[in-house]
Amino acid sequence: MNWYNIVFYLFALIVLVSAAGVVFSRKMMYAAFSLLFTFFGVAGLYVLLNADFIAVTQIMVYIGGILILIIFGVMLTSKFTDLEIKSGTTGTVQYVLAGISTIIVAAALIIMYLNVDWVQNPVPELESTVKPIGILLMTKYFLAFQVAAILLLLAFIGAAKIARRK
Amino acid sequence: MTNELTLYLIIGAILFSLGVFGIITRKNAIMVLMSMELILNSANINFIAFAKYGGMNLEGHIAAMFVIILAAAEVAVALAIVLNIYHNFRHVNIDEISKMKE
Repeated sequence: MNWYNIVFYLFALIVLVSAAGVVFSRKMMYAAFSLLFTFFGVAGLYVLLNADFIAVTQIMVYIGGILILIIFGVMLTSKFTDLEIKSGTTGTVQYVLAGISTIIVAAALIIMYLNVDWVQNPVPELESTVKPIGILLMTKYFLAFQVAAILLLLAFIGAAKIARRK
Repeated sequence: MTNELTLYLIIGAILFSLGVFGIITRKNAIMVLMSMELILNSANINFIAFAKYGGMNLEGHIAAMFVIILAAAEVAVALAIVLNIYHNFRHVNIDEISKMKE
């Protein structure tokens, strides 16, 4: 039981508990703040997986952008002005059926993962991934990079156009 | 005993199942969006885990980065649509919205 394992299980616990909070909490603001902890925990898992660039991108884009948008969405689409914004769920029958089917899916996935003998390459020495990712983006994935930039521009112009009151 | 890669994959599987459960059972459109973010994050965990244990192959990092970019665009457009729905119907319960316009 070294430090890597302790930190790994800590982040895994944060991710799973707060994700359950997102799915099961009645109040939507609590769900939104649970989502904050989920994103932070996933960023921590990325750091443990030697992905420094993706971890920082996760914090900047998800927590700095997407979460703010979602909280604004929660506040703009309700008639209340306090923490009592609630989200209804479907009926009990659908709830139980959905629970059973998702548990079956999760069990099938986990059993499959436990039974596969993955071929693993040795992990090289720890080094920064920023420079190789930049080189890959400017050479092999240059077209996809540009298309993603244009897509983001179009999506944001379209979102502003759709959301504007006539 | 299980190895580290399997542990990351199991976390991804549980996160994916929680997201699917949220999408199926929640009524509010914003809650469905939040559950969708959980699913995208579970996919990203799998990408990054396979990238590390496949010998630090950075193509997985590129794929995860494009997933994050597309999630940002998707949330922006989806929230604009949800705001319009709220403007028209005064609620965002997706099981009660069956008409394109009033």
